[in-house]
Amino acid sequence: MIDVNALIGPYPFRFVPHPDPDLLEHVLDREGLSGAWVGHLPSAFYRDPNAGNAQLYTALAPHALKLRPVPTIRPDWPDWERSLRIAKDAGAPAVRAYPVQWQLGPSDARMSELAVACGEARLALVLTVRFEDLRQRHPLDVANDLQAAAVRALSRAGDRVRLIVTAAGREFIEEVHWGLTAEEQRRVLWDFSWVWGPPEDHLAKLFRTVGSERFVYGTHWPLRLTQNPRANLDLLPDDLRRKKLADPEQLFA
Amino acid sequence: MTSPAAEPLIDAHAHFLHAACGRADWADVNAARLRAGARIGITCHVASVLGTYGFSSPTYLPSPADVVTGNDAMLALCKSEGDLVRMLVTVNPNFTKHALGEIDRCVARGAVGIKLLASRRADDPLLDPIAARAAKHRLPILHHVWQHRRREWPNQEISDGADLARLAQRHPTVTFILSHIGGGGDYQHTFAAIRDVKNVVADLSGSGIDRGMLDEAVGALSSQRLLWGSDLTMETGLAKLRALENTGLSSAEDIQDIRWRNAARVFGLTPPTAAKRRAENRPARSAGPRTRSR
Repeated sequence: MIDVNALIGPYPFRFVPHPDPDLLEHVLDREGLSGAWVGHLPSAFYRDPNAGNAQLYTALAPHALKLRPVPTIRPDWPDWERSLRIAKDAGAPAVRAYPVQWQLGPSDARMSELAVACGEARLALVLTVRFEDLRQRHPLDVANDLQAAAVRALSRAGDRVRLIVTAAGREFIEEVHWGLTAEEQRRVLWDFSWVWGPPEDHLAKLFRTVGSERFVYGTHWPLRLTQNPRANLDLLPDDLRRKKLADPEQLFA
Repeated sequence: MTSPAAEPLIDAHAHFLHAACGRADWADVNAARLRAGARIGITCHVASVLGTYGFSSPTYLPSPADVVTGNDAMLALCKSEGDLVRMLVTVNPNFTKHALGEIDRCVARGAVGIKLLASRRADDPLLDPIAARAAKHRLPILHHVWQHRRREWPNQEISDGADLARLAQRHPTVTFILSHIGGGGDYQHTFAAIRDVKNVVADLSGSGIDRGMLDEAVGALSSQRLLWGSDLTMETGLAKLRALENTGLSSAEDIQDIRWRNAARVFGLTPPTAAKRRAENRPARSAGPRTRSR
């Protein structure tokens, strides 16, 4: 199983212990995960994420067997298409984008262009609903959570678009999923790093309604405890414990 | 992870629903808590019912009638589940006479602590008679807290660690349990606010599972001032339990303290037989919270 939602590098608004690829590899081994798709956390807050991408490629190079780079591409930045080509050449399985941090609205055409270009290049586009709970944010961290409307708009941008949406809760997932056609629904995968387990059993309800095959394993490391998604799976009702998750490596199969 | 059957595990912060809470699935939610609790290895759910959870008065500002309805539901659950479920009596301190009567009524039927929500700020003088009654009955008070209150929030008169610390300093013989360090807000502010107020302990519950939170909690408060709990998200409780054991933050003895010994001491619960034998082999401890800086 692969962790599609891991990051390295410091977070600007609070101390995060050891956000390094060495430790990430150790954590993956401990959790029985075979690898991770890894982004660069500070790049979300850089004006130009290209320097962060360079740091990411360099930092992950010694860990290439387990850690695959997921660079950040900002579609309102000149020549972003070049960054996409570099990502493809570097073996990235996906790219990350942070429209809320860049103040790109839910219907911004530049995000749609990026989603379509990623799909043409057979790269998934990873979106992040939130880094932290709204209630604890630093006063300077004024970005809102990603809106469900943004995900709906991108999933409708083209038939080759493939989205992985991380850090969404049940209501967000349902708002997107049931606002899409069946074909559009198949373009979106979700990690469940922020989905509640028992007693409310949100994950169980989503597996029964949306389907476990629409979910992938993501931890939100180094911001959140890596143990959480496994704990969530372990606490599913008996009839759901053996349900299969989607394989992110087969996203374009 | 420690085998669930090997050691006790007390959930210091649990809730149950009931028929008058306005949710058709209330029994399913309760069943899910017990199902997940059995899988995690919870040997005792220390739980409260918060009025009617907003159905006929606000969750955090329950009317006296809803307080009684909720406490009655909790008493019935304790009766049906035996030692697996223990009760905190919920009160609204704006109605002093009613609150004190409700404490006495439920303590007589086995309540092991008091639950305060966000009906009145923690440092308000109206909480003094509640704390005095807690002292009389030797009960802890589990107080709902927002980690670092930076503004008012609707439908509650929320308190934070600094507010609770002021109340605790006025009532040094009462143990106050600061609710859910993972329940929203800035837990780093909380640790600084309560570090030196030794009669405040904290429970680990809440949906927040920030890496670093447990390290900082143990560092600021010591393992002897932390109680394991789940509140509304049992998977995050299990994740924290595993993190404590995976990360080497605490010794095996410290983890047992967090799992159940601290809660047993604070709530006055009799340890289960297997655990009791181990407890008897450990040095005696004072009744109050211990401190051991890390």
